[in-house]
Amino acid sequence: MNGFNRRSAIQAAFAAAAAAALPAVFGQAAAEPRVIEMTARRYTYEPNEIAVKAGERVVLAIRSIDFVHGLNIPDLGLRFDLMPGRVTRVELQPAAPGIIDFLCDNFCGEGHETMHGRLVVSA
Amino acid sequence: MLRRDLLALAALGGGAVFASGLAGCATRAAAAAGGTKDFYFVQLSDAHWGYQGPANPDAAVTLRKAVATVNALEVPPDFIVFTGDLTHTTDDPVERRRRMVEFKSIVAGLAVKPVHFMPGEHDASLDHGAAFKENFGETFYTFDHKGVHFIAIDNVSDPGARIGAQQLAWLQADLAPRDKAAPIVVLTHRPLFDLVPKWDWATRDGAQAVALLMPYANVTVFYGHIHQEHHAMTGHIAHHSARSLIFPLPAPGSQPDRTPLPWDAAAPYKGLGFREVDAEDVGSRYTINEFPVVRA
Repeated sequence: MNGFNRRSAIQAAFAAAAAAALPAVFGQAAAEPRVIEMTARRYTYEPNEIAVKAGERVVLAIRSIDFVHGLNIPDLGLRFDLMPGRVTRVELQPAAPGIIDFLCDNFCGEGHETMHGRLVVSA
Repeated sequence: MLRRDLLALAALGGGAVFASGLAGCATRAAAAAGGTKDFYFVQLSDAHWGYQGPANPDAAVTLRKAVATVNALEVPPDFIVFTGDLTHTTDDPVERRRRMVEFKSIVAGLAVKPVHFMPGEHDASLDHGAAFKENFGETFYTFDHKGVHFIAIDNVSDPGARIGAQQLAWLQADLAPRDKAAPIVVLTHRPLFDLVPKWDWATRDGAQAVALLMPYANVTVFYGHIHQEHHAMTGHIAHHSARSLIFPLPAPGSQPDRTPLPWDAAAPYKGLGFREVDAEDVGSRYTINEFPVVRA
């Protein structure tokens, strides 16, 4: 997966979800993840290239404009239907540098095959 | 001259692949008892009628040339299958139907009948298969030929690339009464397994279909979608994708994007073509012969 350790990435994604419970247990305030606001519309995500640092917690907050677009991140084993008019929040914590591709996997029209993007994870 | 000899000659410029050889004693015994014969069929795929672009500046005539090449085969096939993306997608439902009517008028020139049509996502995903059904009939069905059971699976009418619970139940019911050694061919558009999910080369619930097929010893899958010849196994089940009739796509996962390979003016139709599938021993063995759009 483009120099990125898939198992680490998946573990990181689940670790991020688990970490949300820590403040209640230990009474400490965990750093809030960076929220990246995105839109999904025929036939693009905006932005479609997102820079993230390895180990950084981010939330993709995606508003679908015109269709039940998909968000599939195969390398992380994650996928979502993006309901129009709603914001879908996806928390990630990539563990290592590399490229993580994502795509719309709900066929949405003539330009569907161009609707994809990537997370660029730097050290 | 035997047909097998003819194939050896015909494969010049293409390639022959020994596709499946899982014949068990039970199957051979069934063949002998059933008195069935070897046969072959032609698989065409991914014509994308209506496409206009640099990846195939000859798109207006490529399908017609393929029809002519099929008609010129030395020995006619028993039947023809077309595994989806008959037309190139359009958001305009009127234009979608116009393309389908044009496509039908061209393939009506195929001398051999019947032709079994399956939808691709370009045909069916924007209207849940409505225009396809109007023009070609059901999107999933079965037929039998000389002892082989053919199952056409629709993994495109759902825009999310699902076969769906209803069709999976239908598949399960169709398989249930069959002998575990029965020869079965599955025809579909997308790969039933995760070939390259990041290129959408997968079926979201394809693993469920494969699980239903797994108890059967003699299953082979022929599909389209990826615009190139490719061979893979899930357990004992072989999966063979076909070339397209519009433009080739890159090898699975070989580059960041699945953009079409550029047209080669020095070698028109390079990477395009169709195949013969030779079923031997009642579908327990298949030999695939690839053919170009235009034969020298």
